[in-house]
This record gives sequence, structure tokens and C-alpha cells, in this order.
Amino acid sequence: MMDWTNSIIQGVLLGGYYSLIACGLAFMFQVMGVINLAHGTLAVLAGFAIWTVSDHLGVSPFVALIGVLPAMAAVGWILQRGILERSARGGQLVPLLATFGLAVVIENLLFEGFGADTRSLAPYLDTLAYDSWEIGDIYIGQLSVLIFFVAVALLGGLSLFLSHTHLGRAIRATAEDPDTVGLIGINARKINAAATCIAMLTVAVAGMFLGMRATFTPYSGPAQLVFAFEAAVIGGSGSLWGTLVGGIVLGVAQSIGAHINPQGFLIAGHVVFLVILVARVSVVMPVFGSLARRLRGRTS
Amino acid sequence: MTAPSAVRVERWTPGSRIATAIGVVLIVFLAVGPVFFNANVIDKLTLLFIYVILAAMWNALAGYGGLISVGQQAFFGLGAYSAVRLANLGLNPFLSLFVGAILVGAVSLPISTFMLRLKTSEFAIGMWVIAELAHLLVNLDGLINGETGTSFIELNQYDADVRHTLIYWSALAAMVGLLAIVFLLLRSRVGVSIQAIRDNEDAAASIGVKVFITKRIVFVLAAAGAAAAGALWVASAITFQPQTYFSVQWTAYMIFMVLVGGIGTFEGAIVGAVIFFLIEAWFGAAGVWYLVGLGATALLFSLFLPRGIWGSLEDRFGVRLLPVGYRVKSTATANPPDA
Repeated sequence: MMDWTNSIIQGVLLGGYYSLIACGLAFMFQVMGVINLAHGTLAVLAGFAIWTVSDHLGVSPFVALIGVLPAMAAVGWILQRGILERSARGGQLVPLLATFGLAVVIENLLFEGFGADTRSLAPYLDTLAYDSWEIGDIYIGQLSVLIFFVAVALLGGLSLFLSHTHLGRAIRATAEDPDTVGLIGINARKINAAATCIAMLTVAVAGMFLGMRATFTPYSGPAQLVFAFEAAVIGGSGSLWGTLVGGIVLGVAQSIGAHINPQGFLIAGHVVFLVILVARVSVVMPVFGSLARRLRGRTS
Repeated sequence: MTAPSAVRVERWTPGSRIATAIGVVLIVFLAVGPVFFNANVIDKLTLLFIYVILAAMWNALAGYGGLISVGQQAFFGLGAYSAVRLANLGLNPFLSLFVGAILVGAVSLPISTFMLRLKTSEFAIGMWVIAELAHLLVNLDGLINGETGTSFIELNQYDADVRHTLIYWSALAAMVGLLAIVFLLLRSRVGVSIQAIRDNEDAAASIGVKVFITKRIVFVLAAAGAAAAGALWVASAITFQPQTYFSVQWTAYMIFMVLVGGIGTFEGAIVGAVIFFLIEAWFGAAGVWYLVGLGATALLFSLFLPRGIWGSLEDRFGVRLLPVGYRVKSTATANPPDA
């Protein structure tokens, strides 16, 4: 029984990481209607950037993140202006193809620069990498708890930002109708670029935690993209908080799967995702759409 | 003015008659090729045939069906696995290549019931999850030894030269067969439906196009075709390592070939496969920079030349080698209505 409780607790905490990686993907989909297939690879790019700063300057990854955040925001701006905006004109298929090509370019450039070695940010964390609280027979990693609370704080902050700031409201208006907002003096191009920058900030944070809680290589991106997508789809029926629910469901499924069978970790996650997907399409509900509608403040 | 006589709808043009004739001659030439080709040429051409299959199948799915999938490696890997599995169970290894592909096509049928209900981008990446899951499930089969993989040892009963020639013929037959199916499909009622759906799904549905069943036909065809390619690949490579076969790089190759050749054009997929084959032969040794180049080319084509090489030629010069469409010719200029 203790084992199961432990699996569930670890799964919930893991869900914090998944919701972090998922929220940027879901956010960009809601605002611009594109799924960025380079999402996971960009998180890995941020992870390498933070690793490089930490390694060369001997600073904590948290300090390195402060330097990497504006760089990732710049990446977001270039991504929007250089690729997404242009490709969105070609319909729904082109952004997928373009961002897929981008992911291939980035991951192979990372491979060229950093080689195939696995990297981790854990060595730069002192004892935080392995410190834990012991409650009964259960060990709770302090890092996992930190990631979970950062995820909650980030999602909360993003929700407040969208509902209470001028830029946040402009983003929601643009998501609703990019053509009409022009009439009330909102520049949709600028707003989309800002939204992509914000998404890339969350990607930078997710990339940092990816490196802290595990190892990564230049080719770790696609797996992160798949997790992000699964969490976003599973949690798709709520607000931005839906990604937290989705992340937790995915994390718990994986954790319990691993408990049943050593190979069960990934299988259980994918199976739960597909079961929820099948359930949702069989009642003919849009998978991502309801999340987008809620964000836009519609009821039907 | 007699409106009906002002336009003429034609399928076959003199150009397309010649091109089709050349195609048939080429196929016959390739079929008797092993008599005078050396072993190296046979292996290289086998590779090219597999690339053409991959490109044509992804093009059918994305270019005609409007279904962008980044998970076609699911079917490529399952095709290879089925071939190895069936041969291990005692089926003739060459027969198992084809039976395996058909079985994978059958497996894709239930998958299509829920995947095809997804929206464009959800479908794209949802297919990737399917591929990941297929990979993990194949690893559970004891025959495969997890990521270590296994070998297609049943093929060793054939002498190397005979084996390579048989694989060559199998690949040629699969390529010609699948291209013929795509060709006939495009000329049929289904082909018109497919393209109507690609251009506007809601509008197509409103005029009575059966959207779901039409997409399903394309999906299953693309799955079986990718599976045939995977089976042929494992037959020539002999070793089966799940990680290699279920890698997303296969889909990356398909996307590259179709984007460069010309998405949504029958000839473009073939052109793209030939270009990819040549690029790989020349630059494949460059390793990582070769892959960077492939990704960058795909990115640039999608942004600046979304119709690809063949599509752009078709737009500019109106060339169409194979009669898969209709063309409407105005006869008004030739015969003025008042005459």
C-alpha cells in the first residue's frame, strides 16, 4: 500500500514538470492556432544554454536562467516573425512542416556543438539535486517539490497576466479574432510575437528543470514534445490550469505503470493519453478547442 | 454563344500519353534489369524504390488527403516487425513482406476510427504518440530482445545474389503496385473526393462528399505502403533494431522528399525521392551537417516554395506528365463563338 501511495505522490510531482513543458505549447495553440513541433527541441536548446553558462561561469542554473530568459524571448520573437507568421499564410499544414524542419536543424546543430554525451544540471545544484524529506517510508525529493510549486506559480501568474493586464487582454482579444482587433488599435502581429516570447520564457524554465531532474542529449526534444502534447490534450477541458491536471494525470499514469512493470512507465502514459483521446472524440468534442474557448471567455 | 462547346474537358494530352508510355517502358526495363545490372546497382535501385514508396505514400496522405502525420514511422516499424515475426513463425520470408504490410494496413483501420476525428495539428502529433506506443509494444515481444533487436535470419537460406535480386523485384513490384493504386485512386471518384476534402473539408461535405470514408481509404493505403517500405528495408538490412525503425527520421525523410519534389503532385513525390536518393549518395557521409541541410531545406521549401520543384514547374508551364487530373481547355479562342 505504501508503495502505491509513493507512486502516486511521485507521479503528481512529476506532473508538475509536464505541466511546465505543456503550458507553452498549449498557450501558443490557443493564441495562434499552431502546434510548434520544435517545442521540445527549443526546451532542450534552453537546457544547453543554461548548462553552458553554469559550466563556464560556475554559477547556479537558477542564476544562468536569468541570462537565458531574454535570449529565449528573442528566439521566440524570431520564431514568430521569421517562421510562424510567414508559414501561417500557407494554411494549417505549412507551420507543422516548417517547425518540424526547424527542430531537425536545431537538434543536429546541438549535436554538432555538444556531441552525443548526456548532460545534466544536477552537478551545479549542490545538495538540492538529491535532498529529500522523509515522511514515513516515503522520500519526497525537494527538487520535485520545487518544480511542482514553480509550475503552479507559473500557471497562476500566466492566468493573472491574461486576465488583469493590458497585454494579457490584448492577447486574448487577438486569439478571439485577429482581424477585428486591428479595428480597436491592437497590432495582431506584435501581440502574436509577444505571445510567442512568453511561451518561450516558459520553455526556458521547463528546459532548466528538464536538465535538473534528469539528463538530456541534443535529441531529447521530441520526447518532451510528446509529453507536453499529451499533458495538454489530457487536461484540455479546463482553463490554463487544465495543463496542470493533464500533467498530473500523465505523471501518475507513468509512475503507476512503472510500478507494475519496468517497461510500463512510457506505455502507461501513452495508453492513458489514447484512452482519454478516444473517449473525447467519441463524444465529438474538440480536443484542444474547449481549452481555447474557455481562455477566450466564451461559454459555448 | 453556345456555352457547352466553349470548353473541352480532357484527361489525356499528347504529352501525358508519351510520358505514360515512357513510364511503362522504364518499368519493363527495370524489371529485366537484374539480368545485366551488377550487385551494386541492384542494391542502389532497391533503395531508390523504397524511397519512392515512402514519398508516394506520405504524399498521398498529406498532399492529397491533407493529413500531415509525423508518426508514419509507426507503420514503417510495424511493417519491418511483422515481416520478421511472420518469417519466424514459418511463413516464406518474401511472402511475409507482403502479408506483413497487409496486416499493418488492417491494424491501421481501427487506429483511423479515432485518429481521423482529430484536428490537423492534433492528428500530426497524435500519430507520433501512436508510433512511440507501437515501438514500446514491439519491444515487449521476446523475439525482438528489446532495443538489442534481432535479425531476419530466415533470409539467409537464400544465396546472397539471389536474395538481393528477389528483394529488388519485390521492391519494384511494391513500388509499381502502390503507385498504380495511387494513380487509379486519383482518377476515380475517391480521388476527386480526396482533393475536394483537402481544399475545403466543410464545403466538400456539404456537396455530399463522404469525408470520413475517403480519408480512411487514404490513411490505410499510406499505412500499408509505409509498412511495405519497412518490410523491404529490413529485408535488405537484415538487422531489426526497434529504435532505428521506429525513429522519426523516416517521417523526416518523407517530409523532405515530398516538400522538395512538390506536395500534392503525383510526379513530385517521385522527383523528390530521386533528389533525396542523390543527395544522400553525395552528402550522406557529411553526417550531422547533412541532417542540418535536410532540415533547413525542408524549412526553406515550406516557407518559400511550398509547391516544391514539380509543383512550381506545373504552375508555370502547365506540364502534367501523368493524367491524374482533368484539364479544362477553352476552345473559344480557337473557334470564335460568332463563327
